[in-house]
Amino acid sequence: MPENEGGNGATTGDGNVAVKLGRKDFQSDQEVRWCPGCGDYSILAAMQLELADLGVRPENLVFVSGIGCAARFPYYMNTYGLHSIHGRAPAVATGVALARPDLDVWVIGGDGDMLSIGGNHLIHALRRNVSLKIIMFNNQIYGLTKGQYSPTSELGKITKSSPFGSLDTPFNPLSVALAAEATFVARTHDMDRKGMIEAFRRAHEHEGSAFVEIYQNCNVFNDGAFEGITAKEARADMIIELEDGQPIRFGTDKERGVILNAFGECEIVEVSDVGEDALLVHDEHRADPALAFALSRLSSAPTTPTPVGVFRDVSRPTYEAEVQRQLVSAVERQGPGDLAALIGTGASWEVN
Amino acid sequence: MTATPETQPLEPAMLDEVVIRFAGDSGDGMQLTGDRFTDVSAVFGNDLATMPNYPAEIRAPAGTIAGVSSFQVHISDHDIVTPGDSPNVLVAMNPAALKANLAELPPGSTILVNSDAFDERNLTKVGYDANPLDNGSLSSYHVVQVPMTNLTLEACKELGVKPRDAERSKNFFALGLISWMYTRPVEPTITWIEQKFSSRPQVRDANIAAFKAGLHFGETAELLEHYQIQPAKLEPGKYRNISGNLAVAYGLIAAAQQASLPILYASYPITPASDILHELSKHKNFGIRTLQAEDEIAAAAVAVGAAFAGQLGITATSGPGLDLKSEALGLAISLELPLVIVDVQRGGPSTGLPTKTEQSDLLLAMYGRHGESPLPIVAAYSPSHCFDAAFEAVRIALKYRTPVILLTDGYVANGSEPWKLPDLDALPDISVPFATEPNHDGDFCPYLRDPETLARPWAIPGTPGLMHRIGGIEKQEGTGNVNYDPANHELMTHIRANKVAGVARDIPPVEVDGDVDADVLVLGWGSTWGPISEAVRRVRAAGRPVAHAHLVHLSPFAANLGEVLAAYPKLLVPEMNLGQLSKLVRAEFLAPAESLTKVQGLPFSATEIENKIMEMLDA
Repeated sequence: MPENEGGNGATTGDGNVAVKLGRKDFQSDQEVRWCPGCGDYSILAAMQLELADLGVRPENLVFVSGIGCAARFPYYMNTYGLHSIHGRAPAVATGVALARPDLDVWVIGGDGDMLSIGGNHLIHALRRNVSLKIIMFNNQIYGLTKGQYSPTSELGKITKSSPFGSLDTPFNPLSVALAAEATFVARTHDMDRKGMIEAFRRAHEHEGSAFVEIYQNCNVFNDGAFEGITAKEARADMIIELEDGQPIRFGTDKERGVILNAFGECEIVEVSDVGEDALLVHDEHRADPALAFALSRLSSAPTTPTPVGVFRDVSRPTYEAEVQRQLVSAVERQGPGDLAALIGTGASWEVN
Repeated sequence: MTATPETQPLEPAMLDEVVIRFAGDSGDGMQLTGDRFTDVSAVFGNDLATMPNYPAEIRAPAGTIAGVSSFQVHISDHDIVTPGDSPNVLVAMNPAALKANLAELPPGSTILVNSDAFDERNLTKVGYDANPLDNGSLSSYHVVQVPMTNLTLEACKELGVKPRDAERSKNFFALGLISWMYTRPVEPTITWIEQKFSSRPQVRDANIAAFKAGLHFGETAELLEHYQIQPAKLEPGKYRNISGNLAVAYGLIAAAQQASLPILYASYPITPASDILHELSKHKNFGIRTLQAEDEIAAAAVAVGAAFAGQLGITATSGPGLDLKSEALGLAISLELPLVIVDVQRGGPSTGLPTKTEQSDLLLAMYGRHGESPLPIVAAYSPSHCFDAAFEAVRIALKYRTPVILLTDGYVANGSEPWKLPDLDALPDISVPFATEPNHDGDFCPYLRDPETLARPWAIPGTPGLMHRIGGIEKQEGTGNVNYDPANHELMTHIRANKVAGVARDIPPVEVDGDVDADVLVLGWGSTWGPISEAVRRVRAAGRPVAHAHLVHLSPFAANLGEVLAAYPKLLVPEMNLGQLSKLVRAEFLAPAESLTKVQGLPFSATEIENKIMEMLDA
């Protein structure tokens, strides 16, 4: 992946990229104010690099966020940005995308923002298939409010607001997204620049809503939450890289794999025990989300082997295109709107 | 078919006005009956005003008081402003409808009952020990008993309609009878039934048969007088009948056209605002995008997103929906983006009275957000005025880049009146330019304002060189960058307030109707306009001077309001709340406001206000 750190792109573009843009062209003049060592930095860098690589114009990008540490993201992007209200980013972004299907609309938020206060907006944006690229930074904690358990925190988590352990069963974000009829679902983590760039590229390519979960380390309030799978030495055994059309295998020597059992559940096996032919072959494009869902259930906490990559990528008409289609067909059917005719509809009379 | 009588019908007696109330079970089709009577009267040229009144339940238990649905219509040969204080004629389709409405009937009025419905079961349901039709308790009224159910069944006999289905046409029998009584044109109703029920021929035929049976019964039975109410002498022009919700929708469409902006309307279903969504979603050929949002919050948030993207973002709601939208309103105030929120007020708190009217959201609209968060408020005073008020709300929102709340209420939203169609060519251009160029040494500062209006530039995504990032965090004046500086926050707070206050320079002065030298000024806002106007007319007709001022702009107030209030020794403020405008004018102008309040889910009658004015004049 070319990592163009330079920034010499023209910003007065006409929609065509005459000069290749670099990462700097996507950096705003605002000082980045996340805690030193926060996982958000690497996500920001990956996004800026990928956008430069995609050849998109900054003025055609809109980053919409809610509230939380992650939600400060738009301030650091030299694009249009809207830092909205806690939880409401998918709804605000829906307004942007519906009004302007020509724009590239990204939604940034954390696990509390998207799955707690904004859970309703998230699932409805996904089911409508509005072309929003929704990037959820999952750090399993409330960071900006200084460390309360979040809707993805593990059961029993001790925090300031749960001194005797959290009693709330966490959400599995990918299961939620799949149950909400999401057409694109992927997972990556903040230690994997290549994986993030690839997830952003695929999300951008996808027509409709894309949901990307990024395991993100909060080094202040939940440090090391994902270390069990993201640490360099752990990755081979703990990260299952999904590849479309390929049997699902992992391990230093690819000695382990995933099968589907009689109940339709995914199970981790030794390849030597079952034989290669028994392994589940990943298929991102299956119309039914059951396979992707089963894969999403393989791990619910980052303590067991965890699939990353694209779980699901299927095609369904986008919401804004369907809305547009109805507008066009209304004009075909009724002619362009005529206000005088409209207000004169129905019974009227003349007074002389 | 009933034979046409050989004898020449008597010439109808002339009336200058009548108030009729159709009342029955929720399932009896009283709203439809009232609507039809209204439409033919409108086309006939009468002036009119209507007041639908129905329960929140779709079908409350049949025959109960809770299930009574009514529709009052006032028609006249002269200019009128209210649906009438009390009915001259009550059509009661069952004992519950009689019982629920009797208290409002003045002695001497006519009660037309469906006597078939007065059986023991129905009487018992509403607690009548004896049949009021037989026991003399209605002797001060002119009661006309008509076996509407049986006559309807009889009329439909030949049509092969099942009796249970035929019985449902009895509202058309009632409509036919009333249409005869008031010499209404017949053809429009028959044509309407034919069109409306074209896909269900049996229902169509049963309704037509029942309607004609009602007409013919009136002609032949000689139980009732026959009247005519001549067309009203209104200002020349083309008219139609319109309800407030429809007028809001048309006003928004007109404003969008005059602003050259597409509408994005997002809304969550809520009574009584849903009709605006229904209407706008029909007109996609105007480029209107409508979204039925997942909740009230999302509806407002979607509209904010649309505004950021350069469109006319609008949402509407009622009651608790406005509570939920507060958060997005605060964001729009901070982002300084145009947004229109229509609040069709209903009885509160909480779910309150979902189908009934109230004016109790004024202080919520003014102050119902955390922080110092002022915004302009416009209120519609009649069904047809909703068109102008919606247009005005959009104009202010765009020009000042601010959310604007448009207050209507259940009474104007569902009520209707004749509307003289506006001259569309005379509507002003309310478009505002988008920013296209950097505005500060080659940079773009999203909060560098117009010195006149204090509006900030509206730079929309897709515009090269103007990329900017804004949010609900306090911003530095000019650059729009996140800023926590104490002095800057104070500056921004004042600027936001001054921007809204400055709208006062851009709205018409309050005008006073009536007597300049009166002792009493009646100050109103919103839908009390009808009953206040009628009350003031009566008081003046009695030779007592009184004045009336009605506010369309509640925030900011018109610049001359203080002066107007100071010119009168006494100030009466009738409101369908516990005195919200009274509080505001007392606080703002130290005005000696005397509050007249009513919170029954019903509008004031003119008499209630008239009596209060007389009391103040006599004091």
